[in-house]
Amino acid sequence: MNWKVAVAISLALALKVPAANTSASAECLTCHDEKGTSFHASVHGSMSCNDCHTAIKAYPHPEKVAKVKCDTCHNDPVAGVATSVHAKPGAESCQNCHLDPHSILPASNPKSSTYPSNLPRTCGACHGDAKLANQHGLKEVYSQYIDSIHGFALTKDGLLVAASCVSCHGSHKVLSKTNPSSKTNRANIADTCGTCHAGPKQAYNAGIHGQGAAMGDTRAPVCTDCHTTHEIADVRTASWQMKTAATCGKCHGEQLVTYRDTFHAQVSALGYVETAHCWDCHGFHEILPATDAKSSIAPANLPGTCGKCHGTVTKSFVSYQPHADKHKKSFLALWVSGIFMNLLLAGVLGFFALHALLWLIRSIFEHRSGRLARATK
Amino acid sequence: MNDTQVKTIDEPVSAPVEQPSAGSEVRYYSRFSLAQRYLHGFIAVTFLGLAMTGLPLRFSSTPLALGFARAVGGFGTILFFHLFSAVTLTVAFVIHVANLAYRIITRREYSLVWGSNSMVPNLKDIQDLFAQFKWFFFRGPKPKFDRYAYWDKMDYWAVFWGMGIIGFSGYAMWFAPFFAKFIPGSWLNIALLIHGEEALLAVGFIFTIHFFNTHLRPDNFPMDLVIFTGSQTEEHLKHRHPEEYKRLVESGELEKLRVPAPPAWLKNFSWIFGASAVFMGIVMIVLTVVAFVKEVV
Repeated sequence: MNWKVAVAISLALALKVPAANTSASAECLTCHDEKGTSFHASVHGSMSCNDCHTAIKAYPHPEKVAKVKCDTCHNDPVAGVATSVHAKPGAESCQNCHLDPHSILPASNPKSSTYPSNLPRTCGACHGDAKLANQHGLKEVYSQYIDSIHGFALTKDGLLVAASCVSCHGSHKVLSKTNPSSKTNRANIADTCGTCHAGPKQAYNAGIHGQGAAMGDTRAPVCTDCHTTHEIADVRTASWQMKTAATCGKCHGEQLVTYRDTFHAQVSALGYVETAHCWDCHGFHEILPATDAKSSIAPANLPGTCGKCHGTVTKSFVSYQPHADKHKKSFLALWVSGIFMNLLLAGVLGFFALHALLWLIRSIFEHRSGRLARATK
Repeated sequence: MNDTQVKTIDEPVSAPVEQPSAGSEVRYYSRFSLAQRYLHGFIAVTFLGLAMTGLPLRFSSTPLALGFARAVGGFGTILFFHLFSAVTLTVAFVIHVANLAYRIITRREYSLVWGSNSMVPNLKDIQDLFAQFKWFFFRGPKPKFDRYAYWDKMDYWAVFWGMGIIGFSGYAMWFAPFFAKFIPGSWLNIALLIHGEEALLAVGFIFTIHFFNTHLRPDNFPMDLVIFTGSQTEEHLKHRHPEEYKRLVESGELEKLRVPAPPAWLKNFSWIFGASAVFMGIVMIVLTVVAFVKEVV
């Protein structure tokens, strides 16, 4: 076989006659031999050169040949990119992610640039570049993702089901979050996350936040408002749990202030997270108002909710107010106690501070005249 | 009048206690029993422990509190030492009250309840307070205090009241589900408020007023060792508790209280103990004031 080809090529070269068939890749490889090995192993390995390089009809071909059109076969992806944030007239978009077109591997190949666990690095080639990322206002997204629970699971543990960039942003048709049909648009976030997190999505949709969002209430939080986007952390870590009250407090400010007055909040602030945070009492994805009989904070359910930590508790115990406001007269006994304690502190300390100050001044006088009396004696 | 004032001034009020008048040895008289000194020591140590572990909770949102919690191994450590100190202090308090009850009820020592040796405030204390203010403004002589001056009694009752209030509210929160069988759960809201505020009062009072009144004021500066060594010099007794001194001399009981001079090791120990406590207290009160001001502003 080989000798036949060799003879054919030698003849063609010697006689300078147009070759009958330039699709024979082997002929191309006589010059372009550096592409050979990786090309045969690539996803396009069974194809011949001019399946893509259609403009080259004969040897020798012109110095400049027409650009390869990937959309001849890959119509949808190319069309997707064209409408995406990555659409840039003239840019070799496909190669940016799929790299050298002669050695493209299928996404299922662990060596492929689009293999799930390699994807973050592929996207990171641009999005991990500080200069470029800053330019687009996407500061630190790459490092945040890599350190997140998703990034860690995918790139360190090789957990292929963990979310990579494309899981949330899509692959070819990456749209800005301001675009209503973007996977990362507020309205679509719950569905995007819910692709994997089906349980939380179901619970969220049943809760007051999900219902509010479904009714178009823009104040209602979506997944990313609480979990963040790229830096999503393991909710079981102390550092994350210590931040949760402030997260809820972004909307529920008054409740955060009153929570901070409690022992629950105090010990949490000191890093002891085995204490009641917002979600310990209110639930998290399926949060329901106290008026709903199914709510964890419905009066009838309170002994059970408090009892999760405090054991068997009485009805009287749950009259404890986890959001008591000492500045409001609605809880009169607490308000009165607060005023009384303030007066007691100010009165006692004020009186004795004055007492001490006068005593100090008087003593200084006494000592000075004492020294004087001794000196003149 | 003028004569007496000159005399008062002439007294070596600021002279070091140990300085003997020429040729005569310094005589020491017992003021506090060993049990009383131990009680004070226990209260001092446990109070410092409670303050050190309670203040980070009261000011939990400050970076220093979190840093402290992390440095000592987390909130679990803080809580352990807080509760440990609380229980120790409670035991000391209960022993004190039980001893008082025994002495009053069984041994009928009614002098504990009323009189010159009693901690119960009387008319003379009010008169002394007014006289002291007159003295502050050069309007009269220094009042002649008995065994316990009014500020000594204030110290005692402030701690007594504080133990009751802080102790009860603390145990109510510690055993919240149990206490809620007898009191409404909403009282636990009040318990935390009172526990924290009363503790601030206690810290504020002990670490400034008590330290000044007993240790840091010019007459006693830098430290009054009597609560640690248990004995004071005759000069001290005469100067600080003139009424008691007069009474003891007249009744002839003074010599019964005569004790040998405290040994050097005891004085040294007292110095180290007292100075450490005062130092820790002052550090804590400075940090507390800074945190409090930041919280208000």
